[in-house]
Amino acid sequence: MATDLVPGVAPDTRKTRRPRLQRVAPKNPISRLVTASRHRWLYLMLLPGVAYFLAFKYWPMYGLHIAFKDYIPFLGYSGSPWVGLKHFEELFTGPDFGRLMANTLILALLTIIFVFPAPIVVALLLNELRINIVKRSVQSLIYIPHFLSWTIVASLTYLLFSADFGVLANAIHDVVGGQKTDYVAQEGWFRPLIILQLLWKQTGWGTIIYLAALASVDTQLYEAARVDGAGRWRQLWHITMPAIRPAIVVMAILTSGNIMDTGFEQIWLMTSSLNRSVSEVFDTYVYYIGITQGGFSYATAVGLFKGVVGVFLIVGSNWLAKRLGQRGLY
Amino acid sequence: MALMKATAGRRRSSVRHYDSVGSRVFDVVNVLLLLGLAAITILPLLYVFAGSFASEAEIDSRPFFLWPEQFVTDAYDYMFGTDVFIRALLTTIVVTAIGTVVQVGLTLTMAYPLSKRYLPGRTFFINLVLFTLVFSGGMIPTYLVVRELGLLDSYWALILPLAINPFYLLIVKSFFQEIPEALEEAARIDGCNELQVFWRIVLPLSKPVIATFSLFYAVAIWNDYMSPLLYISDERKWTLQVLVRQLTAPNSDSENALSALEGAFFPQQGLKFAIIVLATVPILLVYPFLQKHFAKGVLIGSVKE
Repeated sequence: MATDLVPGVAPDTRKTRRPRLQRVAPKNPISRLVTASRHRWLYLMLLPGVAYFLAFKYWPMYGLHIAFKDYIPFLGYSGSPWVGLKHFEELFTGPDFGRLMANTLILALLTIIFVFPAPIVVALLLNELRINIVKRSVQSLIYIPHFLSWTIVASLTYLLFSADFGVLANAIHDVVGGQKTDYVAQEGWFRPLIILQLLWKQTGWGTIIYLAALASVDTQLYEAARVDGAGRWRQLWHITMPAIRPAIVVMAILTSGNIMDTGFEQIWLMTSSLNRSVSEVFDTYVYYIGITQGGFSYATAVGLFKGVVGVFLIVGSNWLAKRLGQRGLY
Repeated sequence: MALMKATAGRRRSSVRHYDSVGSRVFDVVNVLLLLGLAAITILPLLYVFAGSFASEAEIDSRPFFLWPEQFVTDAYDYMFGTDVFIRALLTTIVVTAIGTVVQVGLTLTMAYPLSKRYLPGRTFFINLVLFTLVFSGGMIPTYLVVRELGLLDSYWALILPLAINPFYLLIVKSFFQEIPEALEEAARIDGCNELQVFWRIVLPLSKPVIATFSLFYAVAIWNDYMSPLLYISDERKWTLQVLVRQLTAPNSDSENALSALEGAFFPQQGLKFAIIVLATVPILLVYPFLQKHFAKGVLIGSVKE
């Protein structure tokens, strides 16, 4: 480089880029075609996957425009009349919006308070375990529920908590006394049961990412801290916690980006006519209005609103994380 | 130096003399706590397993048990005697098998070209995939596409809309990038085209990855409840998960769901336990194989490029 030869001017190493290894694309369209045809097999392999994304991801995105139309299946996408923001007005001024928003946000808040920290705590406890075989066995067992379907989880919940022969319902009744409670039928127990299900199903699996971060901590740091007289609590606070902070930030961004995504299957399976006032969230509402009642356009508008808020949430939380000096997702 | 290396792996045990009483108490409490957690996780499943082999009277009268007093197979006998169950089981097995092959095939063939840094247009296609992670058309537009394609009430509706999981695709792509280019270059010099390189060199090197993601895809299809709920209305095309729901939901008419025989003994409660076990056992059977790989898979995914 030229700057090397000028005395007194040190080359700015930060700005020197390695020469690009990429082949320079020829400007001539014909020779471009030649380059492309050299990779014809690769493009051919790309084809089915791209077709999938176009058909099942981008075509639905195109279909979102029926949120601004009165979609009538018989008339199709192009034949249905435009109605502007009618469906959004209906959503925001209608009687359901407040309830949906409240139910969604309360579930999200409960998730952040109870479900989000659980895997961190369990990972830290597992990390403090000194007996390896216990650690491995516990891990193997607590990962299992992640692989079970929500239908199974819901069925287990009914078996354990219903009034007629629910094992846990009966056990609680024996201790507390009074009238038997049918937990799955009661409005007030809907949210606690949802949170319990999430804890049971996802806590174990959630520890993996934190345990991975913990495994990469240099053990010499602990040795040094111990020589300096740090107890276990201080080691936890000054070595372990900083080590998993990036993982916590990433998971926090993901969690806050997904505030609107109350798992459809889980909520739907726990919804009954008795608890609709607390259980109905945007996802189940979209299903109910769109599929059950055939209100495609209105349901699409609800879904679009949810999706747009989701994008803002993920971009916003990522921005916030970077402002706070953490590495973001992207 | 050698000593340091030897003790590095056992960081806590090497300095036992630092242990205070409080520290030891914590260790005991910690072990008990985590064993308790494992027990809470696994006991409901053990109870259901035991209950599926118990008589109706025992399920009704005993509060909680891990071993039936009287070992009966009424529920299973009944279940395997119904057309509804047999059909759901076969449907689920066939859809899972075909679906896994299709989904893994699509994922691998798309991931390979995306792993080639020199491919013109690669960034565009990667962004095409990444964008779908942030934004999607949602339930209704996807449903309308499936309907437009004439896939309603078709088994393909359970396979195609979820054919490529973008996360898995990106993980497989990163894996392919790790394969040394020199290996592929050698094959090319020997006259292989890209397709042959992929088939003869890359795929044989990727067996663990293929195994892992086959299992992940298979478990996802097996467990899927939303797709049949959305796209399947024909009762003859029910999958196991739908049947689980039909038999265990509160106020469900399980006799009607199973097209029960008039007058025959109907083990109503036992069937709930049995269907949960039947829908879970395959997952538990592949779990040890899953476990061998998943931690690694999740790790690869968490690494930023």
